[in-house]
Amino acid sequence: MLVHTALDRVAQIARMWAQSDCPVVIHVDAAVPDADFAALRQGLVDAPQVSFSARHRCDWGSWELVAATQDACQDMLRLHPDVSHIYLTSGSCLPLRPVQDLVAYLDQFRDTDFIESVTTRDVSWIKGGLGLERFQLHFPFSWKKQRRLFDLSVRAQRKLGVKRTIPKGIVPHMGSQWWCLTAKTLSAILNDPNRKHYDDYFRGVWIPDESYFQSLARRHSDQIESRSLTFSKFDHQGKPYVFYDDHLQLLRRSDSFLARKIWPQANALYDYFLGDGPRNQPQLPPARSKIDRLFNRAMERRTKGRAGLIMQSRFPNKGVERVLTARPYAVFQGFADLYPNFQTWITRHSDFVTHGHLFHPLGVQFVDGQTGYLGGLTDDAAIRDRNPQAFLTNLLWNGRSARHCFQFGPDDNQAIGPFMARDGNATIHVISGAWAVPLFHADISFGNKRKIAANLQRIEAAHLKSLGERWVKARVTVWSLADYLQNPTEALSQIARDLSLRCDGFDDLEMADMAGFAQFLQDLKNAGMLPFIMGEFPTALRGQDTPKPHTKYEPRQNDT
Amino acid sequence: MVAWVQAYRLRVKRRRLLFRALRKRRQLRRMRDNTQSIRAGDILCFVTLRNEMNRLPHFLDHYRALGVRHFLVVDNDSTDHSRDFLAAQPDVSLWHTAHSYKLSRFGMDWLTWLQMRYAHGHWCLTCDVDELLVYPHHTSRDLVALCDWLDRCDQPMMGAMMLDMYPAASLADGRHSGDQDPMTTLTHFDAGNYQIQLQPKLGNLWIQGGPRMRHFFKSDPRKAPTLNKVPLVKWNRRYVYNSSMHNMLPRDPSKKWGAKNILKIRTYTRIITKHWPRTRP
Repeated sequence: MLVHTALDRVAQIARMWAQSDCPVVIHVDAAVPDADFAALRQGLVDAPQVSFSARHRCDWGSWELVAATQDACQDMLRLHPDVSHIYLTSGSCLPLRPVQDLVAYLDQFRDTDFIESVTTRDVSWIKGGLGLERFQLHFPFSWKKQRRLFDLSVRAQRKLGVKRTIPKGIVPHMGSQWWCLTAKTLSAILNDPNRKHYDDYFRGVWIPDESYFQSLARRHSDQIESRSLTFSKFDHQGKPYVFYDDHLQLLRRSDSFLARKIWPQANALYDYFLGDGPRNQPQLPPARSKIDRLFNRAMERRTKGRAGLIMQSRFPNKGVERVLTARPYAVFQGFADLYPNFQTWITRHSDFVTHGHLFHPLGVQFVDGQTGYLGGLTDDAAIRDRNPQAFLTNLLWNGRSARHCFQFGPDDNQAIGPFMARDGNATIHVISGAWAVPLFHADISFGNKRKIAANLQRIEAAHLKSLGERWVKARVTVWSLADYLQNPTEALSQIARDLSLRCDGFDDLEMADMAGFAQFLQDLKNAGMLPFIMGEFPTALRGQDTPKPHTKYEPRQNDT
Repeated sequence: MVAWVQAYRLRVKRRRLLFRALRKRRQLRRMRDNTQSIRAGDILCFVTLRNEMNRLPHFLDHYRALGVRHFLVVDNDSTDHSRDFLAAQPDVSLWHTAHSYKLSRFGMDWLTWLQMRYAHGHWCLTCDVDELLVYPHHTSRDLVALCDWLDRCDQPMMGAMMLDMYPAASLADGRHSGDQDPMTTLTHFDAGNYQIQLQPKLGNLWIQGGPRMRHFFKSDPRKAPTLNKVPLVKWNRRYVYNSSMHNMLPRDPSKKWGAKNILKIRTYTRIITKHWPRTRP
């Protein structure tokens, strides 16, 4: 048992092993104050099965860890020559099942060595490179304390082509340092005639505690079961997860005999597993794959997070995400201008939550004229305009159980335009220039209409330009008003397909009165403006009305 | 601006603030000093307060349960029983001042001095009496566990967001006595109307929103209260809070970690400080 902290827990665990007739050799790190060491020793004086081995100063990944293990193992084999297996544990390991279970299990496999031992080529868990190289380079600097020098020396050696020779008979293997070896294998390793030679070599290997026994067991063992009997999990940076009281149910479902690392103050875990818990409670069916999935999900949550959730702990940089919001949504531009009943029509034929102009300058038009929305959003325009992106992301996150759509136009706050364009969740349908239809019907002087038209056209042109940029990730379809009116049915069918609307016709969609519209455009031209954004309208001769476009839906032959 | 010019300016500012705190130490009068009971590794809590008797008992209980070992309190001339109550606590050290809270950068100058003196090397919580820190699993993993995790992540400070709590109906329903958990009457909060933006100068996130913005800052939401703060810091005597407790100097070095990550997500877990309206019962 290798320990360096939380000595009260160490005493507790050691006593438990000893009570079940398992001898324990404890290695206490030399950094532990002598007084604490003496107290631990004194506390265990009534347990003759427990002894202490020579103390080494063990830094992370240092050779001293291996030396300490060797000394402790020698003590164990000398003091208790009749043991069958030796299990290497740490101070933060906690037995999850009764010791008798472990003993019975090892009795079944008297000649099997349980040690995770994988060749460097097949290791998937190495973080930050250095697979085979940790056996071939020199490591004079500490990775933890002298990272820069460490990296520099590795790079220099790569350049210079430095290569240590691996001793004959050793194939580099790596694995968890928490193994369980048979006494036979272990004494063969410790009494190997070449041991000094091997030790000298491994002294220079990087993190030898993960490779010394793992490589040498391959040389001496007849039967290796390459897995650790200790349950442990590592995060994306290669640091072990610590288990706390709230992991109790999870640990009950692991089929391993020990788990690490346990938080020393996790009283509920220690009370349960060292008490009668494992014996009295019915054994839960092991669910290793379920646990693995849970940890993978947790890791993904920590490194990527959930799309469309913006908070203090998740604020992705601009441009790194394909999807900026929680759910796909639809934006309609110009449709409500052309069809005054468009919004009710969409509501009738789909499961969309149909908002009005969310970015209207006078206030947010939430669905059904609500003044507030989920999560505490208000219809206040100033608050929305303080951060329009946050407003839209919040709306879609808060209402992520439904699909949303809203109307947009050149009248609205344009600041949200580029954001929607960058968002892979947005589907944007535009009839450009449709804003001219309500303007045409409006009850204001022609001079004002001309001014407004020029302004709106300029705004919409800028918006359409950004929708056509190379970086746009939204799905964008743009019809000019003239193109659209050529064949509205085709365009509407496409929308119905894109958004899977439930409708078999567009009869109930009522178009605004277009009589005299072409003349209106001509009047704008005559007043010196160039209305280009609506597309090419057939110029009507003065006094002639444009025919009302045909909107009736006619199913094609194969469209029944 | 060139990055190193910016960095140098902040360094100058940090030193100026430290010097300012050093001068302001004369405004503090020691009332009760239990600091000799602070042990290495203890988690400390720093507070400035005035007339908080109706919140203090639960405040202390909450943080004691989370593993705070010692409270260092500046009493800004309370007229209720706050001072007597605090002086009777074994794990509280108390200072008194009648000087201006505002001129002391909202109490930060006083606390900076105390932190310089007592907090070096400790994990250190700085908050107001109407703020309760909660975080995921806080019932089973106390601050000791959290700080240990932050240590292992090489994360010297942790950001948090303030959440305004309010009662279901009128604010008057939110009354509670001092030792009662205010969360029993303040049951509601705004779940999703916060606006976050990056402040390029300090590289931290600026959070606004919530009920106060929605009710009181309709005409000028820019002025709405800042909700981000850095309550938990592994203190160094050279550190100083920049503006109130909202950000720190030096800037959060954890961002070096973000650079390796594809999404540059900050490593802090989501931490929420609960905060309730300043209405007097």
